[in-house]
Amino acid sequence: MPPPLIVLRDVARIYGAGEAEVRALDGVNLTIRQGEFVAIMGPSGSGKSTAMNIIGCLDRPTAGQFLFQGIEVQGLDQDRRALLRRHCLGFVFQGFNLLARSSALENVELPLIYKGQPRALREARARAALEKVGLQGRESADPSQLSGGQQQRVAIARALAGDPMLILADEPTGNLDSHRSHEIMLLLQQLNREEGITIVMVTHEEDIAAYAGRLLVFTDGKLTRDSAQPERR
Amino acid sequence: MLWETLRLAVTTIIRNKLRSFLTVLGVVIGVAAVIAMVTIGQGSSAQVSASVEALGTNVLIVRPGSRGFGPPGGGEAAPKFTLKDAEALRTLPQIAYLAPINSGGQTVVYGNANAATQVYGSTADYLRVQNWPLLSGRNFAEGEETSGAAVCLIGATVQAKLFGNADPLGETIRVKSVACNVIGTLAAKGAGSFGQDQDDLVLMPIKTVQRRLEGNKDVTSISIALRKSVTSADGIKAVQDLLRERRRIAIGQADNFSVTDMKEITSMLSGVNSVLTGLLSSVAAVSLLVGGIGIMNIMLVSVTERTREIGIRLAVGASAGQVLQQFLVEAIVLSLLGGIIGIGAGLGLAYVGSIYMAIPFAPSGSVVALAFGFSALVGVVFGYFPARRAAKLDPIEALRHQ
Repeated sequence: MPPPLIVLRDVARIYGAGEAEVRALDGVNLTIRQGEFVAIMGPSGSGKSTAMNIIGCLDRPTAGQFLFQGIEVQGLDQDRRALLRRHCLGFVFQGFNLLARSSALENVELPLIYKGQPRALREARARAALEKVGLQGRESADPSQLSGGQQQRVAIARALAGDPMLILADEPTGNLDSHRSHEIMLLLQQLNREEGITIVMVTHEEDIAAYAGRLLVFTDGKLTRDSAQPERR
Repeated sequence: MLWETLRLAVTTIIRNKLRSFLTVLGVVIGVAAVIAMVTIGQGSSAQVSASVEALGTNVLIVRPGSRGFGPPGGGEAAPKFTLKDAEALRTLPQIAYLAPINSGGQTVVYGNANAATQVYGSTADYLRVQNWPLLSGRNFAEGEETSGAAVCLIGATVQAKLFGNADPLGETIRVKSVACNVIGTLAAKGAGSFGQDQDDLVLMPIKTVQRRLEGNKDVTSISIALRKSVTSADGIKAVQDLLRERRRIAIGQADNFSVTDMKEITSMLSGVNSVLTGLLSSVAAVSLLVGGIGIMNIMLVSVTERTREIGIRLAVGASAGQVLQQFLVEAIVLSLLGGIIGIGAGLGLAYVGSIYMAIPFAPSGSVVALAFGFSALVGVVFGYFPARRAAKLDPIEALRHQ
């Protein structure tokens, strides 16, 4: 059996030292398997964003072990973690984080440039990714010419283009109305089910978390709830 | 990857046209200044060599007073030469032609027109020493020289000022109080080694000038053309020996006159020229440095402005090295662009300047290459610090940046 996609063992993330010490994460144990759709909830300051940053290889735990497919990430330097992000991860942010004044296609091509893929292949894959999120025909549009929902679709296409095992979504519907939110969540569900991509999503809305098959709740840096749930359609 | 980075840099620069232009303006001005200075400097060096060559390399100038160029200096006034000295020198076998000169500034008048000019009293041999052809008319006749007749030859500038397009031959002009018949006109020579107008002169027999204009019997200098077979060192030696004897200078005593050959003048002039060019170029190089600082400044602002973009790039898998490369390449492309524009502008300036100053346009490939390389270096040096700052950004902080 292959190792689980993500394993956190006694992970702590501590900021500052001495009196000013803040334990953003404190002894978290967690296993996520390939193909899961996980929602992370919790009040602000509970450590959910810190957990996301660690799983996303943007940050490293102060103590404990973080294994990605059996690789110990806490020992990797910045460039090795960049390699992991490049080849295994995709990010979707609340604020979309698209490059302004670059077309949808150019935005989606971005991770492929760093993968060193030739231009023709890049363009084909970016077009395919945009088609998957239902944006065929809008390839040359600037982010400013797209609605919020469409911008988030571009961001999802960008995450998808790199052919990731894991998509990390940080409040992906935070800037969208309920109708668009529903569409985005259905898209993520579809990617999870049809492409087998593992999705870890941070949200503070329960009805958004309900689209996921597993719910984690963080309180004061600790994992306080971990339960399976039926996915909302 | 490098190709992609280059494409990205060019795209970014084109997107911010005005800002990019203002950013590189410092480098443009610096490079243009260096190129223009050096090109004009080389042009005027070429001009000096050419004008000295036109004089003939075997020409000596003898002046009273201590050794040196320019007005005769020294503590006690050295005795002037006389026409007898000139006659004595003429007997030397090394000398082909010799022209005694007595010159001074005068106002010349014809009708309503007048001009301030230099009046040279000399002999028919003056034009032979100077290798100076006549445009029209004739040279002085021997009788005119010995009798001190009121005849003159005029340079192209004087001709234009007094006569315009009219024919001056046979007309009478007034030099100070002397009415003087124009018997010939001189071919135009253009600007001299110092940029002075060589055509702004009136030539008269030396006795006429001595008696009727200056009221003395002085010879202020003597121009000598040596025979072709004689080296200038031998010629100088012969002239010195004779003059020391005539002026009764004891052995061991210093000369109270100077003999200068054209080679000396050439090297002195081009020495002055290269010092000036070097000075001006180093001032220009400082402005190139300032231009580099301008690029660094804008790149730093750009890194701050684009923090979020950097965060996105890091999140999708760019390494710190790739971010560094992106900003470094952008700075280098910017400063190379400035260098190219500056080279064009500098050559243009030098071209216009050389037409205006009537010197040859002498662009030098090595200077252009040097300026190009230097502007690339400016990009590397001043682009590195901002690029490193971009590469060191923490992706989490960068993504959070508003």
